[in-house]
Amino acid sequence: MSDRFETHEHDVLIIGAGGAGLRAAIEALAHGAKVGVVCKSLLGKAHTVMAEGGIAAAMANVDSADGWIPHFRDTMRGGKMLNNWRMAQLHAQESIDRVKELEQWGALFDRTSDGNILQRAFGGHTFKRLCHVGDRTGLEMIRTLQDRGVEMGVDVYMECTITKLLKDGDRIAGAFGYWREQGRFVQFKAKSVIICTGGIGKSWKITSNSWECTGDGMALAYDAGAELLDMEFVQFHPTGMVWPPGVQGILVTEAVRGEGGLLTNKLGERFMQKYDPKKMELSTRDVVARSIYTEVKEGRGSEHGGAFLDISHKPAEYVKQKLPSMYHQFKELADVDITKQPMEVGPTCHYMMGGIRVEAETAQTTVPGLFAAGEAAAGLHGANRLGGNSLSDLVVFGRRAGLAAAEHAKKVSAPNIDASEIERAEREMLAPFDQSAGESPYAVHRDLQDMMQSLVGIFRVEDDLKTALAELDKLKERATKVRVEGSRMFNPGWHLARDLQCMLTVSEAVTRSALARKESRGAHSRIDYPGLDEQWGKQNNITKREGETMMLKQVARPPLPDDLKKILDE
Amino acid sequence: MSEAVMQVFRGNREGGSPVEFRVPITPGMVVLDALHHIQGHQAPDLAVRWNCKAGKCGSCSAEVNGRPRLTCKTRMDALPTDQPITVNPMKTFPVIKDLVTDVSWNYEVNKKIPAFKPKAGTDWKMYQEDIDRVQEFRKCIECFLCQDVCHVLRDHDKKEFAGPRFMVRTAALEMHPLDSADRIPLVKKELGIGYCNITKCCTEVCPEEIHITDNAIIPLKERVVDEFYDPIAKLVRKITGAK
Ligand SMILES: Cc1cc2nc3c(=O)[nH]c(=O)nc-3n(C[C@H](O)[C@H](O)[C@H](O)COP(=O)(O)OP(=O)(O)OC[C@H]3O[C@@H](n4cnc5c(N)ncnc54)[C@H](O)[C@@H]3O)c2cc1C
Ligand code: SF4
Ligand code: SF4
Ligand code: FES
Repeated sequence: MSDRFETHEHDVLIIGAGGAGLRAAIEALAHGAKVGVVCKSLLGKAHTVMAEGGIAAAMANVDSADGWIPHFRDTMRGGKMLNNWRMAQLHAQESIDRVKELEQWGALFDRTSDGNILQRAFGGHTFKRLCHVGDRTGLEMIRTLQDRGVEMGVDVYMECTITKLLKDGDRIAGAFGYWREQGRFVQFKAKSVIICTGGIGKSWKITSNSWECTGDGMALAYDAGAELLDMEFVQFHPTGMVWPPGVQGILVTEAVRGEGGLLTNKLGERFMQKYDPKKMELSTRDVVARSIYTEVKEGRGSEHGGAFLDISHKPAEYVKQKLPSMYHQFKELADVDITKQPMEVGPTCHYMMGGIRVEAETAQTTVPGLFAAGEAAAGLHGANRLGGNSLSDLVVFGRRAGLAAAEHAKKVSAPNIDASEIERAEREMLAPFDQSAGESPYAVHRDLQDMMQSLVGIFRVEDDLKTALAELDKLKERATKVRVEGSRMFNPGWHLARDLQCMLTVSEAVTRSALARKESRGAHSRIDYPGLDEQWGKQNNITKREGETMMLKQVARPPLPDDLKKILDE
Repeated sequence: MSEAVMQVFRGNREGGSPVEFRVPITPGMVVLDALHHIQGHQAPDLAVRWNCKAGKCGSCSAEVNGRPRLTCKTRMDALPTDQPITVNPMKTFPVIKDLVTDVSWNYEVNKKIPAFKPKAGTDWKMYQEDIDRVQEFRKCIECFLCQDVCHVLRDHDKKEFAGPRFMVRTAALEMHPLDSADRIPLVKKELGIGYCNITKCCTEVCPEEIHITDNAIIPLKERVVDEFYDPIAKLVRKITGAK
């Protein structure tokens, strides 16, 4: 093993310190593993901190008829039956205990009048199911997990970016990366690696996601030979801010609708009447996003190209108590007082249903010793995720991944790291400094975002997707030639040059999968194939690297056992 | 389109100076947008921390026109336009590069505070009125602006004082209705609460509008007094179950 670099050894290395990564760390530590967590930002700043509306778990504190069975059914129906049924079952069953556990670690959820955890309504959930803390549930969750992990003595490598997974033959051996602060390289040797790197929203122009969401984990796993699943399913959240320009895409939580917010167009019509008269504003996200998009496209949008979302019919004090951060967000950033005026909202790229293909019980990928959980993994949400089902996903499968990774580490010997792999990783990272000409990585990123926004957005069509693939080839070419100015010390331009590679890989996987799926299902809407297709409903798209080419294949969706089938038929 | 003149600190541990940039102003723009514009068009290696761009993560702290603020929540149109807008790193912490400072000391202090320890045999019933005050503290996004402004840390560099952020965290734990640990000796000694002379500057800069001094620090100071100098009051609190 190369000794030119700082080296750390762990039984379990976790890439990502959001809800999934921290929950995995806690579990692996509890099983005696030596655990390291690496993250690009400071601890406590991962994307999970931004989650607002709540965490779904069928506690039945408010609606006593709730239970894992209705939660399972809602999740499968919301995902248009493309979900991995076993994941959906485990998630519905285990999320209840995972939420209770958060409370036992110090989380303080809002309460019912009889002293239990309060739950609110959300789109696609039959019962009031989202445990929440006003509209800052993610903050409560990440702080709770962070405190617990720190108490247990987890090693955290903050502001450190992984750029390559290392292998020993077929199995995982560790990871290579750099310290953002000094730009120095670092290598990690590990028996198990868990990818918890979150989403991919930064490939689109209008997104609710932070700079970290560049799909690194998916791209790294793909490079290492793992399979990606369902990459065409990108969730556009119906309600992002549309004005002023600087805040475009910032999320307006679904809790606004959960608390009774109404959607109208510029004619004052509650247009959801036309698209889903039964569920209205609380229809699933794919439906509401398409409805708003259609209203705007047909000329019934608001001044800045959105729809109106109004909660001002509720008492001002109630709005401020239940939606405090929305109140401040609009007041401070948009000069809108939501207790008196409607908000202007429009779709924003929000969540990735697709991702790394994993086994339901253990979260293990197709590469031995490599695991994945949270938004970076796929399967639970199928073609469309219900709100609140991500935070629960993080703790249910974060825990399972941590457990399985710790067990795996007990069984295997220490891996060897191939020095030539490290050298290649180092060379790749330093290349942009050697470019004397070439453009700024920011310019290539802007063009990628514009292209994905216009060609691989909410509505898709074959010609656009083919053009997008051609454009991606050009962007890839440009990305290999970007030039970086300055030194290696905390250099965002350099960091972006690397992140760009990941965004390009993931964007290609999304586009190829979207082109292949000739039907409309959940978040994937094809103008040229507007209906559901029975055959496509039985299969998932899988993306895998073969040499330098991206290969796509279809696999049959695992058949439902009879007892679960009965639940879904009810 | 009008332009703003920005004077942004550029430098590292060894030193540095303000550098001037001109940035086009768009409606509703915040200071962080201006910094991103500089990165995207003029200085791609300008070091800035940010994540949410919505005041939720506490990453983007800096001193704008001399005042500690979240740059993602500081509107350009709220700042005077007849003079350049200055953006400097938080002064209390060592500069790493440009606007990025070394805040690792905070993470070390945090480790000293024992985590939540539930009462034995609790049934986990809690009422909203009992947790309201703790939820106020749990709004903290760890922006460290209160740490930056506190004169004990800023001017006197008394790192024996844990600073307002960690008074808030300790108060949240101490006032949790189901917690059973006693952190009051820690508050007095290791966290050095005596250094705070209640100037309330921390409360003024807190973007989450936490009443740091009135609701966290003063009650903790009272508990220190009770525990160390008035055992009867402490006993009464124990018996009545008030935390
Ligand atoms: C505004 C907003 C509101 C939301 N509200 C809700 C809600 O109310 N309910 C709900 O269920 N879901 C919600 N979601 C979705 C949910 O928050 C996310 O899906 C979830 O938090 C993802 O968690 P994660 O642990 O998978 O990853 P993240 O929290 O995104 O964390 C990813 C981690 O990986 C690290 N990382 C990434 N790449 C690398 C690399 N190359 N090297 C090292 N580290 C790396 C990052 O630094 C980070 O620590 C919301 C999302 C947004 C954007
Ligand atoms: S009130 Fe105390 S903690 Fe707050 S700024 Fe003043 S001295 Fe510091
Ligand atoms: S208490 Fe307020 S100012 Fe201090 S770190 Fe927390 S949010 Fe920031
Ligand atoms: S970027 Fe998150 S608080 Fe400013």
